[in-house]
Amino acid sequence: MKAIRAIRLYGKFVSMHLRCAMQYKVSFALTMLGQFLTSFSALLSVYFLFDRFHGVEGFSFSEVLLCFSVVLLSFSLAECFARGFDRFSVIISNGEFDRILTRPRNEIFQVLTHTVEFSRLGRLVQAVLVLCYALPTSGVYWTVDRVLLLVLMVLGGVALFSGLFLVYAGFCFFTIEGLEFMNIFTDGGREFGSYPMSIYGKELLRFFTFVVPLACVQYYPLLYLLGRDTSFWNYAAPLAGFVFWLPAWLFWRVGVRRYKSTGS
Amino acid sequence: MITMREISKSFRVSRRKAGFAAAAKALFHKEYDVVQALDRVSFTIGDGEMVGYIGPNGAGKSSTIKIMSGILTPDSGQCVINGRVPWKNRVEHVREIGVVFGQRSQLWWDVPVADSFELLRDIYQVPEQTYRHNVEELTELLDLSTLLRTPTRQLSLGQRMRCEIAASLLHGPKVLFLDEPTIGLDAVSKLAVREFIKRLNREKKTTVILTTHDMQDIEALASRILLIGRGRILMDGDLQTLKKENTVYKTLTVEYSGGQLPQLAGATVQQSRPGRATLRLDVGVLPVPEAIAAISRQVGVTDLSVTGGSVDDLVVSLYQKYHI
Repeated sequence: MKAIRAIRLYGKFVSMHLRCAMQYKVSFALTMLGQFLTSFSALLSVYFLFDRFHGVEGFSFSEVLLCFSVVLLSFSLAECFARGFDRFSVIISNGEFDRILTRPRNEIFQVLTHTVEFSRLGRLVQAVLVLCYALPTSGVYWTVDRVLLLVLMVLGGVALFSGLFLVYAGFCFFTIEGLEFMNIFTDGGREFGSYPMSIYGKELLRFFTFVVPLACVQYYPLLYLLGRDTSFWNYAAPLAGFVFWLPAWLFWRVGVRRYKSTGS
Repeated sequence: MITMREISKSFRVSRRKAGFAAAAKALFHKEYDVVQALDRVSFTIGDGEMVGYIGPNGAGKSSTIKIMSGILTPDSGQCVINGRVPWKNRVEHVREIGVVFGQRSQLWWDVPVADSFELLRDIYQVPEQTYRHNVEELTELLDLSTLLRTPTRQLSLGQRMRCEIAASLLHGPKVLFLDEPTIGLDAVSKLAVREFIKRLNREKKTTVILTTHDMQDIEALASRILLIGRGRILMDGDLQTLKKENTVYKTLTVEYSGGQLPQLAGATVQQSRPGRATLRLDVGVLPVPEAIAAISRQVGVTDLSVTGGSVDDLVVSLYQKYHI
């Protein structure tokens, strides 16, 4: 009952953000187009690479595109709905977080509702288009469990990226300067994630499995989808994206406690 | 009922000299100064009281408000508001308070004010009937009827402040914190806001705690004054006693023709040239009418003006008295 009410309230926030965005239609359309074009260059770089080499570490063009679109889809969804954490330094510095603390709602819920960036859906459109191309050409034999796995990959990816944003927001409680390093994992993760993680070598694969489990939402389940390794662990791997929320949430809580004791 | 007992709070402030070398050094070794923002602050505020909380910038006003509204946790001391500790039961506590930050808006910039109100209704889970009743009442008292359908960005500052205050009262809080509610407002808007706050306190028995630098606010609203300086409560009392207990000086400027001004006990000459003098009167020793009478017996007064004695002067003299 409480959850339903929260979801309904969230819906009201979304409609409010949509109404606000529609006040500036031209700006909205241009930002969306800009988003579409920036990620288009990433797609082009994949295309030109394959134009020359025809295969990367045993993955074909379409297979890489499947991976590319899943990561881009997760990233754009996370960026659209968890943008409040991505812009958290602003929320802290203009005192909005004080306002959040004077309202009878969970802090994370309020930050999630603080910003919803629909213009980020420009990327999403592209991700969907690429996915539509990759689905039939990747050579995956689509069964119910494989479709479910694909959905799980996207959801796990959304959880992972929004978890990364949450970690970034947690850092904002300690310092507002010098947080660009987090972009290595968020924007960098999106770029790295265009290709299956195995191509970067064992060390990085290990890092992206156990520390920032990006490989768990693309490389391992991709192996399952392509029928190369259909072990249970590869199927369950995307859940790591959700598990990542636990340390991220704990870190955020430490940050909130610190904020309440320093006020800055 | 608000009880603050021995609340202390200190902050670490990083200090460094200007310039690149200092910035580079600060990367490895940060120096901190400990600033005692609040030093054993204690007071009690009863239900339905209206309290003016004054003090110079950086005295600890905001820190106190932040502790009482559950934003900050103090280092030590106890604070109980309506039976709850604000920072421990944040969610339950903030349901019963309203907070207006004069310098920050809580309304959505691009949509009509009414939309912001409805969202607040949902955030606070105000029952529909209560909500409609509250909106109607606030609309009437604050004269919002034409404003509700206007986007916030098109409101003037005075109009917006009226909407801000209404927004923080939609859920019918028992305690209202106003942090500089009249800052930047024109005379008419100030009067409207003051009038409303007075009525709210009188009719709804809402406890109001108000910080301000505008002494007319204090004069119009607060029967009780808390003065804070350097993190300590220096004075707690009502305005009348305060005025009585503290020497109030008035400035008397006389223009006269011929004669010599008399020497009066309780008056010091601040400026004097032939035909014009400025005197500072200690009103406790020499009331203004007596001074005027004594002067006009000796010289032919052509013009005369009396200034000072306002709450502003009182506060300045208080700040001087306590060296803050």
